Amino acid sequence: MISGILLFNQKGENLIFRSFRSDCRPRLADIFRIQVISNVSVRSPILTLGSTTFSHIRHENIYLVAVTKGNANAAVIFEFLERVRGLGKAYFGKFDEEAVKNNFVLVYELLDEILDFGYPQNTETETLKMYITTEGVKSERGIEDTSKITMQATGALSWRRSDIKYRKNEAFVDVIEDVNLLMSATGTVLRADVNGQIVMRAYLSGTPECKFGLNDRLTLGDTDTIGPSGNRAGTKATRAAAGTVALEDCQFHQCVKLGKFDADRIISFVPPDGEFELMRYRATENINLPFKVHAIVNEVNKTQVDYSIAIKANYGTKLFATNVVIRIPTPLNTARISERVSQGKAKYEPEANNIIWKIQRFSGQSEYVLNAEATLTSMTNQKVWSRPPIGLSFSLLMFTSSGLLVRYLKVFEKGNYSSVKWVRYMTRAGHYEIRSA
Amino acid sequence: MAPSILSLPPTPTSILPFGPPDHGRMPTIRTIGKVAELREELRSGGKKDKNHSAKKIALKRIVANMTMSNNDMIALFPDVVACMHIPSLEIKKMGFLYLVNYARIKPDQALKALPILVQDLNDANPLVRALALRTISYIHVREFVNATMDPLKQLLKDGDPYVRKTAAFCVAKLYDHDRNLVENSDLIDRLNTMLRDENPTVVSSALASLMDVWERSESIKLTIDYASASKIVQILPDCSEWGQTYILEAMMNYVPVDTSDASILAERISPRLSHSSSAVVLTCIRVILYLMNYISDQKVISSLCTKLSPPLVTLLSKGPEIQYLALRNALLILQRRPEILRNDIRVFFCKYNDPIYVKVTKLELLFMLANEKNINEVLTELREYATEIDMDFVRKSVRAIGKLAIKIEPAAKLCINTLLELVATKISYIVQEATVVIRNIFRKYPNQYESIIGTLCENLDSLEEPEAKASMIWVIGQYADRIENSDQLLEDFLFTFQEEPVEVQLQLLTASVKLFLHRPTKCADIMMKTLNMVVNDADNPDLRDRGYMYWRLIAHLPGNNIDIAKLIVLGEKPSITAESEKLEPATLEEMCLNIGTLVTIYLKPVQQVFRTARPRRLQDSPALQKHSLPSYQANLRDTEQRKSLALLNTSIVAPQSFMSPNRGDSYNANGGNLDAAMDAAEMYFSGLGNAQMAQMQISDAAYTGSPGTQANSPSGYFSGEQHGQRNGGQHQNNGDGDFLRF
Repeated sequence: MISGILLFNQKGENLIFRSFRSDCRPRLADIFRIQVISNVSVRSPILTLGSTTFSHIRHENIYLVAVTKGNANAAVIFEFLERVRGLGKAYFGKFDEEAVKNNFVLVYELLDEILDFGYPQNTETETLKMYITTEGVKSERGIEDTSKITMQATGALSWRRSDIKYRKNEAFVDVIEDVNLLMSATGTVLRADVNGQIVMRAYLSGTPECKFGLNDRLTLGDTDTIGPSGNRAGTKATRAAAGTVALEDCQFHQCVKLGKFDADRIISFVPPDGEFELMRYRATENINLPFKVHAIVNEVNKTQVDYSIAIKANYGTKLFATNVVIRIPTPLNTARISERVSQGKAKYEPEANNIIWKIQRFSGQSEYVLNAEATLTSMTNQKVWSRPPIGLSFSLLMFTSSGLLVRYLKVFEKGNYSSVKWVRYMTRAGHYEIRSA
Repeated sequence: MAPSILSLPPTPTSILPFGPPDHGRMPTIRTIGKVAELREELRSGGKKDKNHSAKKIALKRIVANMTMSNNDMIALFPDVVACMHIPSLEIKKMGFLYLVNYARIKPDQALKALPILVQDLNDANPLVRALALRTISYIHVREFVNATMDPLKQLLKDGDPYVRKTAAFCVAKLYDHDRNLVENSDLIDRLNTMLRDENPTVVSSALASLMDVWERSESIKLTIDYASASKIVQILPDCSEWGQTYILEAMMNYVPVDTSDASILAERISPRLSHSSSAVVLTCIRVILYLMNYISDQKVISSLCTKLSPPLVTLLSKGPEIQYLALRNALLILQRRPEILRNDIRVFFCKYNDPIYVKVTKLELLFMLANEKNINEVLTELREYATEIDMDFVRKSVRAIGKLAIKIEPAAKLCINTLLELVATKISYIVQEATVVIRNIFRKYPNQYESIIGTLCENLDSLEEPEAKASMIWVIGQYADRIENSDQLLEDFLFTFQEEPVEVQLQLLTASVKLFLHRPTKCADIMMKTLNMVVNDADNPDLRDRGYMYWRLIAHLPGNNIDIAKLIVLGEKPSITAESEKLEPATLEEMCLNIGTLVTIYLKPVQQVFRTARPRRLQDSPALQKHSLPSYQANLRDTEQRKSLALLNTSIVAPQSFMSPNRGDSYNANGGNLDAAMDAAEMYFSGLGNAQMAQMQISDAAYTGSPGTQANSPSGYFSGEQHGQRNGGQHQNNGDGDFLRF
């Protein structure tokens, strides 16, 4: 398994070096610096030299590196590095060089706790925060206290403390969909799919058992159980609200009882306290595309390119998207852009070779147009322009591209237990690309 | 050493007052000063420092400097050890950290801390017991290892599960320090009994520890029977994602005896495919694919196959590194169980911002999944990729189009048209790449697409790379009779003969001879000139030997009958296929037992990448479905081929039935016998299909870049201690085993 974890800054300075096995020697830090950080032609997150493998991910301005010997489980390595990244963010807010340098001791302490002999141990933030804190170990605890921690760290419910109390029990469910589109220049949809995640913020006392239902075909069996307050927002959510949605696949948080889901399609779980990602899903059928883009990019001659970009909102008039940004690539030798827009603001960004067209508020069914003319400098060595795709980003509340809705969320706990539940829907652009060639 | 880091922006100001790590080994005056200062701080405070806050601050600074100041902190060893007596968990933790870091360099100093650690092993606080145990077992010093043995036996039975799981890993650690010590004790047995522990985390930790020991031991065997397998599968849901991974890994050591056992267990672990952790999902896929080797019921197999596909695709919504891993494994799974990824090719279309390593792997998958039905869609995509910026990716896309022409016969025309469109862009690297693949298309479909030679000839000037040049020269030689000015073209190339690399020189030689054979009267001069250059001036033995071979062949033709030479030089060659790019069946089988591991990134036999890795093989059992294994089926094919070869040897009179019938008639007149012998020889060599065959190809017509030769070329960059820049680069640029050779 993992022989050592190393953290570097962008200059290649080794910030953290923690070896978990005797085969992880300090000189490996130099090798990584030379072979990966200062090597401009690096094209892979994995480098094997001899029997040593360096696997790395990047985050902010640091490199997180795992060193392994032999044929290790690469999925464990990368999943673990992701978890370190997540822990870093949970502990320090922003996990960058400065955070590491301000918290050397804590980073080492965490690494010592979440890896033993290179084997990942409990990495649940909630549990770790019980005994590894930014303030250092506050006081020496009583035996009872510590055994609670150890049970927590090794127990079946390692993600939840048992003694949680709230005056008001509340649960917020966010359905967030990233819609991916790849459209050809002729308007054919080459691929459209949705990567959805359901994020929950649970502020619930005790150890409640939750049941969760969607309008997907997987859970169609139990139509008679419509939740009381679950789908408050559902009615105006989308045009596709009626009917059911076919999910290609879903993956669940550790807390969800997978056996139960496999057997009778019920999503049942004891939630962690606070925010967590309950599930991820993928949908590819009947995707509602929030925006239709029609782009004409005409290379008039060697010194001029004309653009005519029309964008239409494809959702109900009551809804509106915010922060709509359209990135229109321009040739590398663009000298000047003149542009007109029917809405929003457009600006040429020479450093990114883009025209950025921003529309703050885009209401349903409306349509806007950009006309632009790029003047190019003539170059002796005329290269063909690769015409990158036009990209979109936006966020749109109360709309799901897949048509997914939450049908119910039920919370069960002993005694006189009442809880309030809220649902929110949002669709964002994932990779929303329109080819212009 | 001071590596130059050119492309990186300056980092924000460092907030800690120490210099860069790259100063020499000798402590500088500044650090000597700093060490003295820290020592002073550690000793200061005394009774006034009630909460030891001064000491804590000093220790924090020491820890901060451990990694970044080249071991200067080691001078503080005695002072740090002196602090470890203080009853504060915070100080203890920092002290232990220091100890783990430096004990190996200063074992004698470290010994002074040993009593403290041993005492903590009996602490009332389970967190402290575990911490002490974890720390003491990291230290590779004999006394520490010995001192761990006895307390460990107690701690394996500790009342607290957190201590027990730490103790379980401790056994593997001790085994790493001193395997004899562990093998001569009863620790392994004790570890085994922990598999019955009531706490799932303890069980999975004990399993992981056992697996770790087994991985490195020749004497210890790890076998799991159905009852144990069933039991550990039972506790899967109660384990953390890591615990689940360890258990699933252990399942690879279970050998089903009964085919229904395999079905039941595969069904029972399949819910794990919905876990959000890619480690659980990929390891679960590995186990299910493994168990499928022992399942006879085709219904069960196909139901499992449908379950495997969606989670694999869902991994593509994770970070790019995990996407990459999932894609590499998809390449593998596709070859073993093609039905798994049959659904939608579009999920593998490249996004514009995908990292290059993801793009290249997607490209390979698109190539493998392309068929007659989706070829239009695929070609439109590839055509798009061929205009992107990254040169390497563009080349691979062009190459893929050419290979699709070879792979999917009905689409050949379509692929060639796409290639010609790309040639029309006149971008030199695209033209060069297209030239190389068009050469291969000619080899695959002789006498069909030669009409496009004209287009190729228009772009001769943009050919600079040896491979492209050699390809073009091959085309000129091979089709000298159809290219009107072939003698002129070749003479142009010959003008720079001396400066060309051997690869091109060999091709020029062969082409000159072919040209002569096509046009004996007109082009004898060209050939003689080339032969003279080769025989008299060439240093390269291969080149010279081949020159002599041609020379003697032509000089000793019986009755000066040039047709005999034609038969030899321009004889029919076995056509190429796209099949040869798949993994060897035995390799494929082994790789499937390693799904999700590092070796799947390289797609090469495990032993070739990691020489010391423990080999994994499918264990025989009554339930093993031998007839469906790739290696078994390949053997079957081999045997059949050998049979037909035997047939050929005895009935050499009628070889036509084995070869394509549309050969030129010119040399049939020369008597079928020689013809038949040639065919037999070629048949024989094509049957070998190994390195030997590659050799044959090189000396036949120097098909550089043919899949066979490249796949077999020993790249040797896994060899141990070579950390050269070039080696590193090679590994990375491919970022993969590159087994498709785009």
